[in-house]
Amino acid sequence: MSDDIWILGINMTKFGKHIDRDVVDLASEAVMAALADGGVTMADMGVFAAGNLMGSGGIGQQIQKQVGQTGIPVYNVSNACATGATALRTAIMSIKAGESDMGLAVGVEKLAGVGLLGGGGRAKKDGNEWEPQGRFGAVTSTDGRIGTDTMPGVFAQVGMEYGHKYGGADFELFAKISEKNHAHSTLNPLAAYSKRFTLEEIMGDMMIAYPNTRPMCSANCDGAAAAVVVSGEKLRTLSLEQQRRAVKVSASVLTSDPWQEACQVLPDVNTLTKNAAKTAYEQAGVGPEDLDLVELHDCFATAELVHYDNLGLCEEGGAVDFFNSGAPWRDGVLPVNVSGGLQSKGHPISATGIANIWEICHHLRGEAGDRQIEGAKVGLAHVIGLGSACGVHILEKSATS
Amino acid sequence: MADTATASRVPLVHYLVLDDGDPHLVASECTNCGARFFDRRNACASCFGTDFRQVQIATEGELRTFTIVAFAAPGVEVPFVSGVIDCDGTSVRGNLRNVEPDADHVHTGMKVRLTTYSLGTDDHGTEAIGFAFEPAS
Repeated sequence: MSDDIWILGINMTKFGKHIDRDVVDLASEAVMAALADGGVTMADMGVFAAGNLMGSGGIGQQIQKQVGQTGIPVYNVSNACATGATALRTAIMSIKAGESDMGLAVGVEKLAGVGLLGGGGRAKKDGNEWEPQGRFGAVTSTDGRIGTDTMPGVFAQVGMEYGHKYGGADFELFAKISEKNHAHSTLNPLAAYSKRFTLEEIMGDMMIAYPNTRPMCSANCDGAAAAVVVSGEKLRTLSLEQQRRAVKVSASVLTSDPWQEACQVLPDVNTLTKNAAKTAYEQAGVGPEDLDLVELHDCFATAELVHYDNLGLCEEGGAVDFFNSGAPWRDGVLPVNVSGGLQSKGHPISATGIANIWEICHHLRGEAGDRQIEGAKVGLAHVIGLGSACGVHILEKSATS
Repeated sequence: MADTATASRVPLVHYLVLDDGDPHLVASECTNCGARFFDRRNACASCFGTDFRQVQIATEGELRTFTIVAFAAPGVEVPFVSGVIDCDGTSVRGNLRNVEPDADHVHTGMKVRLTTYSLGTDDHGTEAIGFAFEPAS
């Protein structure tokens, strides 16, 4: 097959607070390390896609000035929490289109200490006059008056809706999901937080938006992740060692949300994830039963539950039973978020969609150290950004290794 | 407001209609497929039709999901209950009022009805009216 795509080199920085380093520094560190990991240089790259949400724009060109300006096309991408996956997919599409045989993607964010995401809106004007403005003719901010715009609240409703539909999902169950991910993080030296919490500590912590307490929310932090992708044809001209460590991208899928009745009042994170997963399994020619590990978008504990179902890891409506069976723990039948997930590894938004692929690659290469899932051959990485955008990648261990 | 003869009122959002004694929500409904929208659309997001009519939303419904927000942006009073209410097939986003904001008193599946409340009066004497849902029984 001539249009197969491989991850040749990949890296993520330590996630956490990087007080003295800006987004260009962090991204450049990840890029240099990904190139070195793949045994290549900027001279080999035919395309560069760079993702960043909170910065000033033009991040790709700024990174080039740090790591090498070769005149190749740069795509600066922004796609909510799917930004990293979108950057990777942009490089992959360039290779599939035949415009290049090797490409670079990076995602980077500085998010430590920014606090609550979403919410707020305009304050009442100084003149103290009720004046209708905007698409809804609102006379003042609607956040907190007509529901919530905050991410912990939006995703709390996503999880509670699943519980209403299928039953069995309560505060304690969601807290147990968080307990799992924090326990997993203790084996990840690059995680922003690697502290194990008891169930009581999680449930007794500060409530943000019921049922999500603080440790059940993704951790805002700084970080970057970068990947070098290569065509199968080009890979076969590289060294045996490069071929042995290369990880096959069996599926690369990006979806947005199709119209659903309620999607205008509560973002529908389910339909587009189901669509992406279905397409990815078809592309890869594998099913959920073939997966050895999954990194999914647990931006909140309430989100992880619904994605067990959306990704087909359980039968429809069976997410609570799937969790209670112990399956997604690292010693279970289908480990989910062995990195610690967004709740403890951290969620520097644009880095996340490449960092989760780095985690999968680490296991498929047999290089994950203490947290290695033994014998891992196939893994799935999922991200979703509100609005919405969903990225699903299925990765397979090299047949030559 | 041009009419100064009576104390005027404005709704929090234009899809809240304050008809005397009969407040209700309205939506733009696609005449082709029936999809409903609370803001303006160039075309229907579901079928791309471009013809819409205004329809009234049922004032009673069932709470399909909720959260109790304890931590919010500055200026937003907490705690409050945010939810999605199934109003006879149309999903509506709103707060719950007149109920204790805790998980012992709020549960999915509970029957609720539309209610309105004052957001205060501006310097011109205009009162803004918000909407929420409250337990129906």
